[in-house]
Amino acid sequence: MSLALQTFSTVKDANSALQASGTRYLGGGTLVVRAANEGDVSVSSLVRVTEPSLSQITISGGKARIGASVTMAAIARHPELGMIAPAARAVGGPAIRNMATVGGNLFAPAPYGDFAVALLALDASVATEDGEMPIETFLAGRDTGRAVVTAVGFSLPKAETFRFLKVSRVKPKGVSVLSIAALLQRTADGAVTAARIALGCMADRPIRAKAAEKALLGCKLTPEEIAPALAVAGEGITPVTDPIASAWYRAEVLPVHLGRLLLG
Amino acid sequence: MAKVPVQFTLNGSEKAEFVESGTTLLHALRDKIGDTSPKGGCHQGTCGACSVIIDGELRLSCLTLAETCNGADIKTTAGLAEGGMLHPLQRAFLDAFATQCGFCTPGMIMAAKVLLDRMPNPSREDVVEALSGNVCRCTGYEPIIQAVLTAARANSQNAA
Repeated sequence: MSLALQTFSTVKDANSALQASGTRYLGGGTLVVRAANEGDVSVSSLVRVTEPSLSQITISGGKARIGASVTMAAIARHPELGMIAPAARAVGGPAIRNMATVGGNLFAPAPYGDFAVALLALDASVATEDGEMPIETFLAGRDTGRAVVTAVGFSLPKAETFRFLKVSRVKPKGVSVLSIAALLQRTADGAVTAARIALGCMADRPIRAKAAEKALLGCKLTPEEIAPALAVAGEGITPVTDPIASAWYRAEVLPVHLGRLLLG
Repeated sequence: MAKVPVQFTLNGSEKAEFVESGTTLLHALRDKIGDTSPKGGCHQGTCGACSVIIDGELRLSCLTLAETCNGADIKTTAGLAEGGMLHPLQRAFLDAFATQCGFCTPGMIMAAKVLLDRMPNPSREDVVEALSGNVCRCTGYEPIIQAVLTAARANSQNAA
């Protein structure tokens, strides 16, 4: 097996090269080289870009823009990204975090892609050369898109509004049984005014728990008041079955862990 | 398939090789250059046996393409001993019986070295976290954790 690697200095040139069949983008290598090692013969050629802007993190005006080549380790240690650092630290072990990129995480199939779950809850935008699109649109079309992702952007959540939970069997780091990210706006007395909840492993890619989001509106985060939201948490989910957990198990434990996240 | 030149520093020595495009660093190190200290375990990024240190960061050589390492400074466990003397981490692994079959040991030692280079006096939790990407099927991990903590103590005593 051999892979032809082409290195470009601009995203534009890489986008042209990506149109050829059998060509995949090489970020940190944790998905595509893994696929090649596993014998995925659909990958015959790799493209990468060395443009410096892809590796930059910019924080200004309460917004973060993270280049697609930024690694999970770089996010985890960035002083102004502390609120989403738990989601970056949830990915892999230390070596994987030094390699795995934000851009790659958007393409990671369940049970991987924990950081993309956080980005979905944050209502991030995904940038390519053609412009920006909401992350939900991007995730829905990620299998057919042929443009290099250049960055993700999102408004930095205020303290206490963003919560993240990853459940795995192996401690401290294991593959996800599921992951949940929630962005909750609340009034001074604690009633939820807006909720965005994203789930990992509940489909082949991150999805929103829209029924639970709706049921949470007006509720305070008490066991009694969140019960209706937990009851509908599984609406619309099609969890994955893999060696980590069955779809049945994932669906059974989802309300339990969502409850812990909301009450925690 | 055309071969591509790769050139990097391995444990302080300049290395230059021609490899097929798409060759992993693990393959280049073991089968081209002859450094068999990184092990090929899962080739999936799960076991950590192939861990090496590239420009000061722990990375998995099985998922790194050799040609992306041009100009890099690469360190492996084979380069740790100096003048016939084992590195304190190697000594501690032996003394604590932290190596049984030995397959995971070079990767464990690389992960531990990165930790101790940045954090000379880690807590037990720091050690567990640092080794969390490395799988051992023999020891149950406890002797490995103790070995890293012992090496850290030996380092700080030497520095004192």
